[in-house]
Amino acid sequence: MYKNNAKAWLYLLPSVLFLGLFMVYPLVDVLVYSLEEGYNSASQTFSGVGLYNYSFVLHDPYFLQAVKNTFILVIITVPLSTGFALLISLALNSIKALRNLFQTIYFLPYVTNTLAVGLVFMILFKKTEYSEGLINLLINVFGGSSVDFIDGPYWAKMFVLCFYTIWIVLPFKILILTSALASVKQDYYNAAKVDGASKFRIFTKITLPMISPMLFYLIITGFIGAFKAYSDAVALFGTDLNAAQMNTIVGYVYDMLYGGSGWYPSYASAAALILFAVVLTITCINLTVSRRHVQY
Amino acid sequence: MKDRKRDFERIEQRAKVRRTLLRAATYLLLGIWAFLVLFPFYWMILTSFKSYSSYNSEYIPKFIAENPTLQNYADAFTAVSLGRYFGNTLLFTVVTTAIMLAVTVLAAFAFSRLEFRGKNLVFTLFLALMMIPNELVIITNFQTITNLGLRNTFTGLILPSVTSVFYIYLLKENFEQIPDELYKAAKVDGTSDFKYLTKVMMPICRPTLVTVTILKVIECWNSYVWPRLITDNEAYFLVSNGIQEIRENGFGRENIPAMMAAVVVISVPLIVLFLIFRKRIMEGVSRGGTKG
Amino acid sequence: MKVVLQGLTKRFPNRNRKIKTEVVAVSDFTFEIPDGKLVGLLGPSGCGKSTTLNLISGLEKPTSGRVFFGGDDVTDLPPELRGVGLVFQNYALYPHLTVLQNILFPLQNLKGDKKLTKEQMLEKANEAARLVQIDELMERRPSELSGGQQQRVAIARALVKQPNVLLLDEPLSNLDARLRLQTREELRRIQRETGVTTVFVTHDQEEAMSISDLIVVMKDGVLQQIGKPQSVYDDPCNLFVAKFLGTPAINVFEGEVRDGRLFIDSEAVLPVSGVRDGEVFAGVRPEGFIPSAEGAMKLGLEGIEVMGRDTSVISQSPACVSGRIRSIISSETVIDTEKPYVGFDLKPRKVYLFDRKSKERLYFDIAPSGEGADV
Repeated sequence: MYKNNAKAWLYLLPSVLFLGLFMVYPLVDVLVYSLEEGYNSASQTFSGVGLYNYSFVLHDPYFLQAVKNTFILVIITVPLSTGFALLISLALNSIKALRNLFQTIYFLPYVTNTLAVGLVFMILFKKTEYSEGLINLLINVFGGSSVDFIDGPYWAKMFVLCFYTIWIVLPFKILILTSALASVKQDYYNAAKVDGASKFRIFTKITLPMISPMLFYLIITGFIGAFKAYSDAVALFGTDLNAAQMNTIVGYVYDMLYGGSGWYPSYASAAALILFAVVLTITCINLTVSRRHVQY
Repeated sequence: MKDRKRDFERIEQRAKVRRTLLRAATYLLLGIWAFLVLFPFYWMILTSFKSYSSYNSEYIPKFIAENPTLQNYADAFTAVSLGRYFGNTLLFTVVTTAIMLAVTVLAAFAFSRLEFRGKNLVFTLFLALMMIPNELVIITNFQTITNLGLRNTFTGLILPSVTSVFYIYLLKENFEQIPDELYKAAKVDGTSDFKYLTKVMMPICRPTLVTVTILKVIECWNSYVWPRLITDNEAYFLVSNGIQEIRENGFGRENIPAMMAAVVVISVPLIVLFLIFRKRIMEGVSRGGTKG
Repeated sequence: MKVVLQGLTKRFPNRNRKIKTEVVAVSDFTFEIPDGKLVGLLGPSGCGKSTTLNLISGLEKPTSGRVFFGGDDVTDLPPELRGVGLVFQNYALYPHLTVLQNILFPLQNLKGDKKLTKEQMLEKANEAARLVQIDELMERRPSELSGGQQQRVAIARALVKQPNVLLLDEPLSNLDARLRLQTREELRRIQRETGVTTVFVTHDQEEAMSISDLIVVMKDGVLQQIGKPQSVYDDPCNLFVAKFLGTPAINVFEGEVRDGRLFIDSEAVLPVSGVRDGEVFAGVRPEGFIPSAEGAMKLGLEGIEVMGRDTSVISQSPACVSGRIRSIISSETVIDTEKPYVGFDLKPRKVYLFDRKSKERLYFDIAPSGEGADV
């Protein structure tokens, strides 16, 4: 029966090797790191075993700032981007002319380099000595006063970050939701129309339940993705995110690992595990909620 | 009877007006978002053609470049090493994708076609690895690569990026749809397993292979975190790190038009790839991509 | 409620946008469905029967022509104001709702003075469920039901708002053969009990013949014939209708009319006075053959199939254009299978003549002596 044993393992060898070295071993190792107190990268020695690293991270104001930023980002962008994506997908599904063109345009941000296009957003929002920046000029036209969105007040920076994040994540959500909407059979809509259901009722009673599996999938992956936000923040505010008060949890991990405050893999590990625990908890809650609502 | 008819007419009339309004609102919404998506692209192209002096003299930016210049593009390749970043990224992308494909195809073949002890267990373990976020393992990988002395080398850049459990899974599912009869027929003809894989399975599953390749190329082209951690020598920067470097230290002064030229150069390859393989990429992403 | 279609036409733009021509799905359709009748719209697939149904329901707007319900012109009315119940081919039950919720759905859409209280809705839903005998299944979801049960739920959902007209699109096509027989009786019963004017679409002539009060035969968007099933069968107006109705199918021969006689394979087989001389198609129903050793028609015998009550004689002739000739005779008649030929006389009422070119029916006078074949 298993005459292929040796051969099969030969085929699997590369992937097992790579995965073992770069995924399984690190997984164990990250736990070890997070428990090694006073680890020194250069000598690779540590002074003791315990939870000090966690305690350090949880009391580090930079980490707390990063947690606050990340949570604000998640709470704002996940519902907004999902809702807006749904709105756009509904609009897309209701038209015939220009539909392909719109779909193509909407997908563009997905294939762009986050760092590169972030620069464009930066110059659009930035206030320099030469120019107020296009957005500020626009605000001035409507009678507002200019704000420096990149080096200015916290709320302004958060606004740009959220806006850019939504701009970046929307293509994927629109794509998934348009195909989910398109897969709802026309018969259901015809049946509802014959039965005299109003547009609103068709939406809440038929469309939403029918696409709810995909919607929950998007919400779950949206939460996970938003919690891992990092490069969009770098794109807008530069690599020194702590100084800009705009760091995220993932950014904190990388900074601890390597960067201004770097070479502390133990702290990085502790922070990464805390993030993992948070994401896992939220995903479990999401899954429980979706089980209750997705009924078929 | 007549009243009813008039009622119907009124209802119909009102419905028609509502439909027209709704349609207009729909196109307005779609148009606004399309504008918001396209505007940054327009702005970066526009700015990249403005000269440094004219850009800085426009307090209110102009929406067309009055004296378009290619100087910025020349600067982007001469004043900073954009050409090198570009070449590095190309090399990184091609090699990573190629190795990834080989590893993935071999593993998917073993899981889909060969019978061996512990297959289900191993496959379950593979699937379990899909749940592990990159952030968790990157710390040790950073240490591993540093300890191996592979910082600032292509080997160090590439090695941790070549496996993707998800693509193995995707390909395995696809391989399994090939009917058993083909395999038996090939066996009867004396075809070896490896030859069957390369001559029969891979051609049949070409669409999936192309999808996987494109997704990986996009991922490689945009990768930022790992390259940033593992390279601090400019000679090994990829475009993402390069653009960050340009932003922070490039051109000696705030030369935004040149910066935008660099952004255009970096963005163009993927956009062209996307426009060519539009259908395939969108289909592939909806099957397996996640971002955000 | 009486349904009248008047000059109804529906054209679609061609799917391939480069071709500018339009596809005519329904062409100049005029007929009247009397109140309380069960009508079968019958035709091969792609003949426009589903489009006709959609035009009646209002899901599609006609290119020209009018639709009347009772005395009211409903052509411009959206479906929800027409009061139609529609049962889809694949039932289109909402998978996320229970059977009860599915049946309640149309009632919950009622507005204004038609709005019902919860109790009234439940009562109506239960009544509809009892009518189609699914009152035991109210809490299940569609995925937990068999095809036949889903079908009943769909009918209940269509009937619960007491529609003026009930429309069914291929109601039996998704059921297996045994269930199909049972369900069509059921359909007939439900229609009788409710007395609702019902139109159903099918490509299965047997299905249409067995339960309809009236059948409407369509081909390529053009109405061919309307009538009671038996009279359409007995008196088809053209070759298409003759061929489409009846199992086994009608046998078609190339023939010629000369001097008031029908010639098949240069043998005079039947007196057919009142028809102009010329080339014709002659259709003979399987039951139209009378075995007789000296019969006017000599056919090459291929074999016989005994099916209890009847015997089916299979023979062939160079003039036959519909493959093998199948004739059904009483099994008491003995056929000598040793002989290479079998002789038949024809029953004039079972023989139809059609113009060779237009394929329209040519009527001939049947000799008062009836069944004789004294040529």
